[in-house]
Amino acid sequence: MIENQAKVEDTVVHEADEATMKNLIGKEWFPVSDRPRYGLIPLLVGTLKITLLAILFAAPIAILAALFSASFAPYWLREIIKPAIELLAGFPSVVIGFFALMVMASFFQNIFGYDTRLNAFVGGVAMALAAIPIIYTITEDALTAVPRSYTEASLALGASRWQTALFVTLPAATPGIFAAILLGIGRIFGETMIALMATGNAAMISVNPFESVRTLAATIGAEMAEVVFGDTHYSVLFLIGSLLFIFTFGLNALAEFYVKGRLVKRFQGK
Amino acid sequence: MNRKTRITGTLFIGTTAFSAFLIIAVIIILLVVIVIGGKDTFSWKFLTSFPQDGMMKGGIFPAIYGTALLVLIMSVAAVPFGTITAIYLTEYASEKSILAQTIRFAVRTLATVPSIIFGLFGLGFFIKFVGGEMDSVFLGGQLKWGQPNILWASLTMALLTLPVVIVSVEEAIRAVPREMREASLALGATKWETIRRIVIPGSRSGIMTGTILAISRGAGEVAPILFTGAAYYLASLPTSLSDQFMNLGYHIYIMATQSANVDQTLPIQFATTLVLLMLTFMLNLTAVIIRSRLRRKAK
Repeated sequence: MIENQAKVEDTVVHEADEATMKNLIGKEWFPVSDRPRYGLIPLLVGTLKITLLAILFAAPIAILAALFSASFAPYWLREIIKPAIELLAGFPSVVIGFFALMVMASFFQNIFGYDTRLNAFVGGVAMALAAIPIIYTITEDALTAVPRSYTEASLALGASRWQTALFVTLPAATPGIFAAILLGIGRIFGETMIALMATGNAAMISVNPFESVRTLAATIGAEMAEVVFGDTHYSVLFLIGSLLFIFTFGLNALAEFYVKGRLVKRFQGK
Repeated sequence: MNRKTRITGTLFIGTTAFSAFLIIAVIIILLVVIVIGGKDTFSWKFLTSFPQDGMMKGGIFPAIYGTALLVLIMSVAAVPFGTITAIYLTEYASEKSILAQTIRFAVRTLATVPSIIFGLFGLGFFIKFVGGEMDSVFLGGQLKWGQPNILWASLTMALLTLPVVIVSVEEAIRAVPREMREASLALGATKWETIRRIVIPGSRSGIMTGTILAISRGAGEVAPILFTGAAYYLASLPTSLSDQFMNLGYHIYIMATQSANVDQTLPIQFATTLVLLMLTFMLNLTAVIIRSRLRRKAK
């Protein structure tokens, strides 16, 4: 899929192989050519696009599902839903990527009839599958941690079960849900294997969800093995790695600020 | 309650139920598709034979062997180190000390760092720095350790799985009843003796759970080993720590995206995915069972 990168005629005159600021904020990512261009903008746009798509799928579904298992589902059903979603958390991302590449891509192509088989939409749905268990688990924890006195007071005042869940439990758990979404974004942002396998890996700037994207993480994964040690390309890939690290670190620090402790532990420990 | 709120309520509960079942349905579809796609190729022979005809036929034994070796070396590195950290955090460090809080924050950060970053770290630190220095000091610049191999890949993976071990062991140590500790101390045992004779044996199942979860995670991750030691195809099994290795997850990735004829090898890809999925599934299930027993004991 890496070969998807279209070869563009190399007519523009550029500076030598240097990662200058001007070069880095360029709109083209052609690290392997006579005049390499290391424009990070398409990679950033691609990553943001796919993160937005994936979180738009994952967050509502995961939060509603958590609300169902925390507030409405009978005990026996909750005992099925929770372990099943924890099982999904244990799926290696290469398996989800493979499923997206072989099954989901064609399935969605039949429905939507787009041209590029591997695109941001397919990648986004696949990454949502990776993010759902995280968001679900943390949201569920936050919802069940809401004190019983809240819900009992609401029920005693005559509110129905769904009103209590929507207007009392859910708002009370907002910090936890916020943290859940942040950690979900962090997971999607750094996801490599799904991006490599299901997004088409063409670095282009567009807002169309049915076009290929190349994410920051996938760029490192695809190019690091072939790069010459100490080369400019090598350094630029490490720069991308630093960006990824700083961004996810910031997200986690923010999530930590909202819900101190024990949540990451839950989803890491399954 | 009027009719309108009742209908809204039913719709709302219906939406939440739908979301939950949608997730379950996708999980079931994923499992069914992979089982159906892989079941015809999956056989004992597939598991125990080498790839043939440029990986167009044959089995995946080297990939299974490589994955097993990877998680073995990884566990040898991650489990003792993680256990010691957990013991320090629960038994020695005070809850409020800055050092302990910093360590906890670092462990949580480590748990959420994207796996590809571990790969970069492995390449920059283990391969280029440690390996490169080893070559120039011991081998006079001859390239042996300064390139991707199974040792560096395993150590990279060990860093990735370290938080899993620490969190599990900590939980188990906390589940050791206070009375047992106090009884031991009252009988004149020192703190270290109490830890060695009471705490560690008491948290054995937690160490086990941590190890299993770490293995499950390590067996499935591909991003950290993309450029720290995994190889596309090797004619022989790795025999030394400086050899490269084949890996189940990497095998799936390569076969599905880079091989010459993706369609022809599709059954092999599905069967490999099935093997990896079964492996992680069984490991996780074992960990869940051990852990639920541990929790019941703690109650």
